Amino acid sequence: MQATETRTGVATREMFYNEALNDALRGEMRRDDRVLVIGEDIAEHGGAFQVTAGLLDEFGPTRVRQTPISEIGIVGAGVGAALTGLRPVVELMYVDFAGLAMDQILNQAAQNRFMFGGQARVPLVVRTQGGSGRGNAAQHSKSLEAWFTHVPGLKVVMPATPADAKGLLTASIRDDDPVMFIEHKLLYRTKGQVPEGEHLVPLGVADVKRRGKDLTIVSWSREVLFALEAATKLAADGVDAEVIDLRTLVPLDKDAVLSSVRRTHRLLVLHEAVKRGGYGAEIAATIAEEAFDDLDAPPRRLAGLETPIPYAQHLEKSVVPQVEDIVRVAKEMLS
Amino acid sequence: MDKATALDLYRVMRTIRRFEQRSTQLFGENKIWGTIHSYAGEEAIAAGVCAHLRDDDWITSTHRGHGHCIAKRADLGRMFAELLGREAGYCRGRGGSMHIADTSKGNLGANGIVGGGIPIATGAALTAKQLGTDQVAVAFFGDGAANQGTFHESLNLAAIWKLPVLYVCENNQYAESLPVKRAFATEDIAKRAEGYGMPGVRVDGRDVRAVYGVAAEAVARARRGEGPTLIVADSYRHEGHYYGDPRKYQSKDEVEGWRERFDPVADARRWIAEDGLATEAELDAIDRKVDAEMEKGVAFAEASPLASPIRIPEEVYASH
Repeated sequence: MQATETRTGVATREMFYNEALNDALRGEMRRDDRVLVIGEDIAEHGGAFQVTAGLLDEFGPTRVRQTPISEIGIVGAGVGAALTGLRPVVELMYVDFAGLAMDQILNQAAQNRFMFGGQARVPLVVRTQGGSGRGNAAQHSKSLEAWFTHVPGLKVVMPATPADAKGLLTASIRDDDPVMFIEHKLLYRTKGQVPEGEHLVPLGVADVKRRGKDLTIVSWSREVLFALEAATKLAADGVDAEVIDLRTLVPLDKDAVLSSVRRTHRLLVLHEAVKRGGYGAEIAATIAEEAFDDLDAPPRRLAGLETPIPYAQHLEKSVVPQVEDIVRVAKEMLS
Repeated sequence: MDKATALDLYRVMRTIRRFEQRSTQLFGENKIWGTIHSYAGEEAIAAGVCAHLRDDDWITSTHRGHGHCIAKRADLGRMFAELLGREAGYCRGRGGSMHIADTSKGNLGANGIVGGGIPIATGAALTAKQLGTDQVAVAFFGDGAANQGTFHESLNLAAIWKLPVLYVCENNQYAESLPVKRAFATEDIAKRAEGYGMPGVRVDGRDVRAVYGVAAEAVARARRGEGPTLIVADSYRHEGHYYGDPRKYQSKDEVEGWRERFDPVADARRWIAEDGLATEAELDAIDRKVDAEMEKGVAFAEASPLASPIRIPEEVYASH
């Protein structure tokens, strides 16, 4: 691949999202012997989505620990290893499998620090992926981020671009708190320019992916790409949408959303996860509480239907927001 | 067994027993909030195993965890302070009885989730293996936890990776209110070890000498890099599942009389005297010293200020 130079002088290279994640893992494993990856099919096979491809060759089987299919056992081992000095990155192949590991995430990793009066640190990253769009049906396609945002003690990170994937994973590995790092299965083969060498994107900082003045679309993960596509279409119709990619749901960059809404006076929150109890409700409520007087229209949520993800391609598309849905709702908000 | 070891084991067991008596009293005086689970009757297990552990070895404990804390050399004053919700408590009043941890002594915490500590000890053992140290980890858990999925997944992982870990199952005859006979179709839980490819040892958890001996071998094996061991210690819980348990699942005879018939602390006192390792007077002196330490601990806790209110989010996250 060809190396290019950005305006700031940092060399970048075009990479797929999964290559960018691989680059982050490789960089951190070279930098710090305490970093290891643990998970199913991550060694010779390179991970179900090829995020750990080639790591076995470089780091060997003690730092690329392929495990039996034992989700709570491996997440729990990650908690214990993190408590005692390692910086494990545990791969949960699908976020849908988090149910099998949930006690170690919810009751152990998230709470140890607080519950033990500050004695403990749990520098654990649980890398997983979610989302629909590959015909994997209901048990392999969910978007469960709202579960984790509801648990004090967890950080929740959901990158949308290759560069953010690398920078946020690097920052997550260096973070001293447990991080749920949720990738999207349809983003792995998206491409983008990624800074070479060390690249950190701090947790808790949103990114304005497109500037606009007519309404603010807040989103994360794959729907950010849909929002950008919708914004292009809206621009052709004279609507100038701002697109904010939260990147991390916890910690939340509330100020970025507030300052945008104070300029555009309209908020649309967009996510693939089901609407009921989704994180979009949190964003909408926060803005209603803190910037009500700045709004020219009620905050809107555009999100997944309250159903499991169906199998057939046309059905699958019908339950999560598509580009045309975003265009339609944005226009409704401005009419 | 030499005199110093015997007397130290006795002192630890006697300390645990007295701590449970004293915390029960404090609970009765409404000074302890929430709930407590007494370890009385099971003292020989924590004492016999932890005697082989250094401060840099790790344990994970259970909701019935006071004994493990004490055997891992926790400070009594800070333990009582935690039960009383004081700032000087191990968890500054955030954890309480079910969550006492002392990371400075390798105690990775009691756990309110049955079986929750088993994978965590496994991960600690992974750290030792990864860093090439000779540290070991011990997961203490009850017969109830042996029927959780974490037991199965963790023992298998530790066996395939040859991790330096001891799985110490304290069979106190009840999973909350369920008798072991109704929870296991086997008489011998230790036989499960064979299925994982690790040694399984059943030991009389009432006899601290037996526990001490079995743990010595398992710890040495772990330090040598030869992998995990499952130890199942047959024991008996003197009290109900929790303070105030009406114990409807037990007979009157059992509730009133069995604690006398199954008493590892009284047993230790007897054999130490019979073997001529110490006189009754020496043992009495240990008892008095333990009781004095206990009162010092209670006084320290009662004199400590209440835990300061929670600062959010500074305490929830290490960095934010």
